[in-house]
Amino acid sequence: MSAPHDTVERRGLSPRQRARRSRLIQYAILVLLVVFAAISADWGQIGKVFFEPKFIEAAFRDGLLSALVKTLEYTAGAFVIGLIGGTLLALMRLSSVGPYRWVATAYIEFFRGLPAIVVFIAFSLLPLAFEGMTIPWDPYGVVWLALGIVAAAYMAEVIRAGIQAVPKGQLEAARSLGMPPGLATRKIVLPQAFRIVLPPLTNDLILLVKDSSLVFIIGTSATAYELTGFGRELANTYANLTPLVTAGFCYLLITLPLGIVVRRLESKAARTR
Amino acid sequence: MTVQDSLPTSSPVVQIKNLHKSFGSNHVLRGIDFTVDQGEVVCVIGPSGSGKSTLLRCVNLLEMPQEGQVIVRGEDLTDPDCHLDAARQQIGMVFQQFNLFPHLSVLANCTVAQTTVHKRRASEAEQIARANLSRVGLDDKVTAYPAQLSGGQQQRVAIARALSMDPALMLFDEPTSALDPELVGDVLTVMRKLALDGMTMLVVTHEMAFAREVADRVVFMDGGVIVEQGSPAEVIGNPQQPRTQDFLRRVLNPTHVEPT
Repeated sequence: MSAPHDTVERRGLSPRQRARRSRLIQYAILVLLVVFAAISADWGQIGKVFFEPKFIEAAFRDGLLSALVKTLEYTAGAFVIGLIGGTLLALMRLSSVGPYRWVATAYIEFFRGLPAIVVFIAFSLLPLAFEGMTIPWDPYGVVWLALGIVAAAYMAEVIRAGIQAVPKGQLEAARSLGMPPGLATRKIVLPQAFRIVLPPLTNDLILLVKDSSLVFIIGTSATAYELTGFGRELANTYANLTPLVTAGFCYLLITLPLGIVVRRLESKAARTR
Repeated sequence: MTVQDSLPTSSPVVQIKNLHKSFGSNHVLRGIDFTVDQGEVVCVIGPSGSGKSTLLRCVNLLEMPQEGQVIVRGEDLTDPDCHLDAARQQIGMVFQQFNLFPHLSVLANCTVAQTTVHKRRASEAEQIARANLSRVGLDDKVTAYPAQLSGGQQQRVAIARALSMDPALMLFDEPTSALDPELVGDVLTVMRKLALDGMTMLVVTHEMAFAREVADRVVFMDGGVIVEQGSPAEVIGNPQQPRTQDFLRRVLNPTHVEPT
């Protein structure tokens, strides 16, 4: 008696062989494309426009580092506002008081649906609309507020999901020990919720780093330039893209490590669960 | 000395009157009346879905009953004017799933409510927590985190956490049902010791041997009502009601197959 698979007639390639062949074809196409790009591109010109050493040097001389610091300051302040605002909104959204829920839902849906750039344009026009109106800590106040208002909407949804992911038994145990709802939320639920949402919250931080580039719409003065505003200004001055590319690499310097942190946190969370 | 302490010892710690609880159209408790006296250990047994856990959760109002009264140490918890958080401080509760706080150490699990609710000083709270942890045999685990402990150890921490609030009454909601069989004994030993120390206890359990040995009174529930209650010898040893007899036959002899 022969096993069934011996009797199956083999026609052409097995599935595994077919998969390997299609993979090889894809690799071949990729190699061809790369070779074509390498031959046809004018590397001298590309180097001169995007990676000209003397303009990289100029960027450092003209204050690239202070622009980097500004980006970090704008992001950090906005993150704090977003975190506090987002936590309040998340708690309101989960409140048993109807009006709290309605206000939070309206806020979140409004600012999540609106392009951030529209919020920034609105903030740039505020002084025109309300004459004599000033926001303190210029330029930080406006930037933090504009970025933070939008960030709060995004973070509220993340934090709400985190709070709901804390098992119901935790709140019950806290209440059974005589803790009032507010105390139980602060001491028991929120610390666990924040642990759960640490990875997605770091993701929001990465988005915020990039959104801080929208600040140039508010029309800050040259001393308040963050990376994008700075790179754009310098690229205009020298009629060369190198300063903008340099500024772009500075973003990666911030966001890539944060991305690694997110992946670490996620795998750690996966292990402890 | 509080008012409650001067009450005659015969006054019940828990008094439940005509308790009704529904979840939607599901009428889980259909008029429960019973009492637990000072120092008494009452075990509630019954098939799953009989409402025994719901009854227990109504005693500290984790579930709000639709009708009836829950009176603990003379205070009506169902009264809208009742200060529920204060009342709950004298009712310790132990859950089937332990519900330890995973972000806090074993010691902090036992002190967090003491320092925030009772406003005890940190050193005093710690001293009380250590005493209770040693009472459940876990003095060497104070710095551990819940995830580092076995289920049996976690449940004993949960008992110590509840005891640290100096409760007048302890509620146990199937405290050994989520445990591996070899860990059940440790938890039951702690509960037995607690009963000997005179703690008033209301225990929902499937551990018939424990109920028979430790309980002063056994309550059998089915279909949201109390079918039968009395001493363990009466209810477990010589049940009068057919439903009780049927339940005990299944529980005490689970591998028995009815002849067809």
